[in-house]
Amino acid sequence: MLNILTQHWSDLWSGLLFTLGSSLVALVGSLVIGTVFALLEISPYKALRVIGKIYVEVFRNIPLLVITMFFYVVIPMYIAKVNGFTSGTIGLTIYTSAFIAETVRAGIEAVDEGQMEAARSNGLSYLQAMTHIIFPQAIKITIPPLGNQFINLVKNSSVLAFVAGFDLMYQGNLIVSTTFNTTDTYIVIGLLYLVLTLPLSYFMRYLEKRWA
Amino acid sequence: MSMIEFHDVEKYYGDFHALKNINLTIDKGEVVVIIGPSGSGKSTVLRSINGLNTISSGQLIVNNRDLADKKTDMNKIRRDVGMVFQHFNLYANKTVLENITLGPQLVLKQSKAQSQKEAMALLEQVGLADKAQSYPRMLSGGQKQRVAIARSLAMKPQALLFDEPTSALDPEMIGDVLDVMKKVAEDGMTMVVVTHEMGFAREVANRLIFMADGEVLEDSDTKSFFEHPKEERARQFLSKIINH
Ligand SMILES: Nc1ncnc2c1ncn2[C@@H]1O[C@H](COP(=O)(O)OP(=O)(O)OP(=O)(O)O)[C@@H](O)[C@H]1O
Ligand SMILES: [Mg+2]
Repeated sequence: MLNILTQHWSDLWSGLLFTLGSSLVALVGSLVIGTVFALLEISPYKALRVIGKIYVEVFRNIPLLVITMFFYVVIPMYIAKVNGFTSGTIGLTIYTSAFIAETVRAGIEAVDEGQMEAARSNGLSYLQAMTHIIFPQAIKITIPPLGNQFINLVKNSSVLAFVAGFDLMYQGNLIVSTTFNTTDTYIVIGLLYLVLTLPLSYFMRYLEKRWA
Repeated sequence: MSMIEFHDVEKYYGDFHALKNINLTIDKGEVVVIIGPSGSGKSTVLRSINGLNTISSGQLIVNNRDLADKKTDMNKIRRDVGMVFQHFNLYANKTVLENITLGPQLVLKQSKAQSQKEAMALLEQVGLADKAQSYPRMLSGGQKQRVAIARSLAMKPQALLFDEPTSALDPEMIGDVLDVMKKVAEDGMTMVVVTHEMGFAREVANRLIFMADGEVLEDSDTKSFFEHPKEERARQFLSKIINH
């Protein structure tokens, strides 16, 4: 096992960086996009609610790999070439954003509706009520399930391996194809995923405690 | 000068007819108490006045503005008409002081210093200056409601609506809240109060309105309402809540 680590260290390190990079971009992207669609889903306007609902239902219910292949294979046929890393990261962002939208929506809806009524009666606009009263309370409720989404995201970034995205899983497959040492390689890959996900999981727990 | 006018107002929740042909005028400076059995439409009347509900038909005029008119700025109406809720609805993520200063800062564009100064004066007035830095969860129900009243007053409203402000309180807390409301009334505030506190009504209200099944069955000045209610149902209701 140490063999694998030492002999292929530079490949593994590069894979770790690609996985980390894709995950970070997708995390920020899906948080922003997911929040926007959550706001659409609870908007006072029916048309916006419908748009939000359709987005969430579509992308939550299509496999991540299918969304990714769409960007990797279909988009290049009509628009422009997209490399594996980019198409995987876009797929990951869109797919995760649908789950985050649901998480954020549930968090907002869990805030007592009297809070919004009081804020509106107090003269605040809908947006002011959202930003100053509803959102800060929803965030607290949302952190634990959001943590789960983030951890899933890091693990799901292994979709990059299917589209030559140079991530951890991709490097692992390469190593296996030359060394045939499947057991050790996949154990090492698993451990390296833990290096990413465990700190993330502890960080989310820390946030949860701090804001509780 | 009228502050609030209902003309032939109807309200439906889906198929349910919640307000039936409501005609009411409430003048500036008047204190009006609304009573009636559960489900009679009292909250719906209050919530219509500041636009938390929209009416289905008829005309509702608040502070000389027709609420159905597209040009009416509902945020402006709500700034002028405060509301106090049964369950207080203090902002859970804000301190007592911030609960009071948020509206003045965001909506009235008061400076932080000015809004805090006025908030402290209001807290003094409701007897809670020492709680300025507390969070709502640390307060008793009666304290919460007094903060909620201070929060409404900080917007310098033209009228205040109270929806059963003491119904969620322990008996020993009710007096403090009613005292604050009495003071607000003495300062000339226009008030519409849904309550079953008949002592308060007798002492402070100019008029009583009795609602049942979405209708206003009786609308009389306080003295005649208590001495000889015209409606049999009003009389029965009154004797029920007074003997409680
Ligand atoms: N959002 C709503 N959707 C459907 N029906 C509603 C809604 N709000 C109120 N109602 C119904 O309208 C009627 C009047 O309700 P309202 O809350 O105005 O009564 P109320 O006199 O304030 O009663 P209570 O003393 O119980 O507070 C009730 O039958 C209630 O069930
Ligand atoms: Mg009610």
